[in-house]
Amino acid sequence: MDRSSRKAWLYLLPAAALLAVFLVYPVIDVLIYSFEEGFNFASQTYWGVGLYNYSYVLHDPYFLQAVENTFVLVIITVPVSTTLALAISAALASIKPLRSLYQTIYFLPYVTNTLAVGLVFMVLFQKTEYTDGLVNLMLEWFGAGPIDFINGPHWAKMFVLCFYTIWVVMPFKILVLTGALASVNPDYYKAARVDGTSRARIFFRITLPMISPMLVYLVITGFIGAFKAYSDAVSLFGTDLNAAGMNTIVGYVYDMLYGDSGGYPSYASAAAIILFVIVLTITCINLLISRRVSGEGGVHIQ
Amino acid sequence: MSKLPANSKTRRGGLRGAVTYLALSIWAVVVLFPFYWMVLTSLKSYAAYNSEHIPAFFTLSPTLENYVQAFTAVPLGGYLLNTLIFAVITTAVMVVVSTLAAYAFARLRFPGRDLVFGFFLSMMMIPSELVVITNFVTITNLDLRNSFPGLILPSITSVFYIYLLKENFEQVPDELYRAAKVDGTSDLKYLWKVMVPICRPTIVTITILKLIECWNSYVWPRLITDDRAYYLVSNGIQQIREEGFGRENIPAMMAAVVVISVPLVLLFLAFRNKIMEGASRGGLKG
Amino acid sequence: MNIKLEGLTKRFPARDKRSGGEVTAVDSLTFEVPDGTLVGLLGPSGCGKSTTLNMICGLEAPSEGRIFFGEEDVTAAPPELRGVGMVFQNYALYPHLTVLQNITFPLENLKGDKKLSKAEMRRRAVETARLVQIENLLDRKPRELSGGQQQRVAIARALVKTPRVLLLDEPLSNLDARLRLQTREEICKIQRATGITTVFVTHDQEEAMSISDRIVVMKDGVLMQQGEPQQVYDDPASLFVAKFLGTPPINVFAGQVKAGRLYLEGSGAPVLDTPGVPEGPVWAGIRPEGFVPDTAGPVCCGLNRVEVLGRDVSIVCTHPACQADTIRAIIPSRSLVNGADNTVHFALKPDKVFLFDRETETRLPFAPPGAES
Repeated sequence: MDRSSRKAWLYLLPAAALLAVFLVYPVIDVLIYSFEEGFNFASQTYWGVGLYNYSYVLHDPYFLQAVENTFVLVIITVPVSTTLALAISAALASIKPLRSLYQTIYFLPYVTNTLAVGLVFMVLFQKTEYTDGLVNLMLEWFGAGPIDFINGPHWAKMFVLCFYTIWVVMPFKILVLTGALASVNPDYYKAARVDGTSRARIFFRITLPMISPMLVYLVITGFIGAFKAYSDAVSLFGTDLNAAGMNTIVGYVYDMLYGDSGGYPSYASAAAIILFVIVLTITCINLLISRRVSGEGGVHIQ
Repeated sequence: MSKLPANSKTRRGGLRGAVTYLALSIWAVVVLFPFYWMVLTSLKSYAAYNSEHIPAFFTLSPTLENYVQAFTAVPLGGYLLNTLIFAVITTAVMVVVSTLAAYAFARLRFPGRDLVFGFFLSMMMIPSELVVITNFVTITNLDLRNSFPGLILPSITSVFYIYLLKENFEQVPDELYRAAKVDGTSDLKYLWKVMVPICRPTIVTITILKLIECWNSYVWPRLITDDRAYYLVSNGIQQIREEGFGRENIPAMMAAVVVISVPLVLLFLAFRNKIMEGASRGGLKG
Repeated sequence: MNIKLEGLTKRFPARDKRSGGEVTAVDSLTFEVPDGTLVGLLGPSGCGKSTTLNMICGLEAPSEGRIFFGEEDVTAAPPELRGVGMVFQNYALYPHLTVLQNITFPLENLKGDKKLSKAEMRRRAVETARLVQIENLLDRKPRELSGGQQQRVAIARALVKTPRVLLLDEPLSNLDARLRLQTREEICKIQRATGITTVFVTHDQEEAMSISDRIVVMKDGVLMQQGEPQQVYDDPASLFVAKFLGTPPINVFAGQVKAGRLYLEGSGAPVLDTPGVPEGPVWAGIRPEGFVPDTAGPVCCGLNRVEVLGRDVSIVCTHPACQADTIRAIIPSRSLVNGADNTVHFALKPDKVFLFDRETETRLPFAPPGAES
């Protein structure tokens, strides 16, 4: 190896070493874990190799509950947040005064501690012996009965989780879509106006196709992010998510690893790999669909 | 775009404008209200809060007793300090490590460079959930649980930031490098004296993004610390909520939440444009 | 369709908000575009010509003044009701739509009794595409086309609604030099074929001169001069117009008029009779073709070099009174230049020399022959 190559590797060494130890090795290792049956953490021994861990996880009612919760969360929050962000960004693009102020406000949730602010949502939605909480107060104005969103029925808890998740992911989506809308050359709109195109038609025939690459990007990252939901749920319902019936797949992985029911890295690994496969599959499907729908149009994501 | 002078058009435009502002303001309220409620509740006294069967939207007798409670009942100051140490060291080491690696990819020539870079890029796809298991085992085996090295080491590297820096470094013209070489400047000096100053905006951006990421990190610290002396704010607040005063003293818990949130909000307001620009290039949440 | 602008004014809020003032982009512009003509709006960038075009189009509302299409006052009408077609500088072709879809786009907006069937839309689009000779590209996407082809698609899209007026914003600026020549002839041809009243904006005087029936020269939002290209060239109303038209540009000298004669500064002999011009300091503009080599000529210049252009010869020389570093004179190649002593003497063609007031830079015309002297 010549001198300059040696130097290059020297520059790369810290990053490469850290990545090797904490990223590459673990990916391989987790695969191995997931196939080692009856792994004992204390003695570091196992008695077989096979698919038992996967079978165990797939038959664990807690895991199935977690999968169900995660899917519901994904299916609700991704379309709702993306559509809402699109509407807000389009509204932002149409105004001039105060735009920067609104943008700043809308971005605030991005920089807040998910765990900490989740507690505020818990307080807002919770019903205790002392008080029904603010949200229930507002429901009362509309004549709806008090609902305990934090310790009550599953659908109510799901609602809060979705609401909070959307609140948390909106800043990024608004930011990206505002940028995408701003990058559309105004001459297109002028050309459309000369031709007397209606606002709705401009939006659906011109704006939407032009920003579709960014929308695809948002939907894909949105899916990935929502599948990894965990901290939001913890902040609302506490660390024992299984008991609350609100666990997510990621939560299940962590609980298996280290939690009240923890100490089973093999099960955790199997669950993590199942999650990875789900995310990978859905991302591929997303890409395929988006390529078919908007494939030929617009600019592509670099 | 200018408004059309025709009367009916402007009236319709005015109405549309009003509806737009109304809708935008509603979302602004949805975003801001939790912050308002958090500050408001933290200023209500324990007794006053618990006697409110119907929540009050303001308080006439604000008190700071909750903040005193938050700092004395649990080592909140310690959590903040831990988080600060963790965030600063992790970010500092990350910036140095990433800068060196990005420089190697952007400027130095060595066989297999593009292959290695492709390998680096492919690592961006590895979800942290997948590697956390083995890292947990590794750190446990190294006997580094409940220690700063245990917290920091796996949190340092970010392939994405290396990528961002490399892209930026590549925009610096080759001529500068050749000129520096002619003058006998060493690579390290060139990196430090030329590249880093030119690419300072990007470095500042990734520094701030990493600080935010560190301040909010929850999962890894939770796995690796069970000694309160090493808790970060996220774990601290969760512990307060489940085992500490948070179970009954909501105002004090909100005071803690305010204390945890304020540093980031201040950082955001100070570096608003940098953060928003950086976030749009590669989001952490989303 | 005859277009008439009356006192058209556009004021924008000043960019520097602290001053709180307004910037007048277009200042009480009045001119007329005769039916079926091709008119070039000409001026340096920032002169308000694009703003004027946008107001004719209806994309921007004038602050004052009125716009008439024929007898109809369209000042307040939205663009879609004016019957205008517009070609944008960067063409603004929708990148996700095919050429055919781009051309039919305006037709799909038609509502009510104007609504067209799919087949009719296609028929019209294809017909228009044929007019601009792109009927073989209908299924392509804009990014698969060359600049010139995109230009034609943009023109087709503007023409498909059979507008009363066609507007083109810097139609040639995005094309390379060779294509520019070809395309400007093309535009001219299409305009003649359709007979549609056309206004186009350009900063390139050669482009404007070559294809326009009339040109309108603007500067700082104010109309400087209008008329047929040759007439404006031969009879510029101001130093600005004289300088703006013509390649190579006109040569400007500092001069004095004394007793009906022009003296260039720094030289003693009079160079030209200037009947009817009042005494005082002037700018003397001399077209490159206004110089006639003449060993006895009154204008004595230091010779720099002679450039052979084939048909003509360009003489690059210097004169102390000239406002630029060098003078360019274009003379027929047969006239020989004797550069032995590094000087060259010229006589001047009176119709190629224009005098302008030193202060106001307005034209000081010569009295017609026989009126005085």
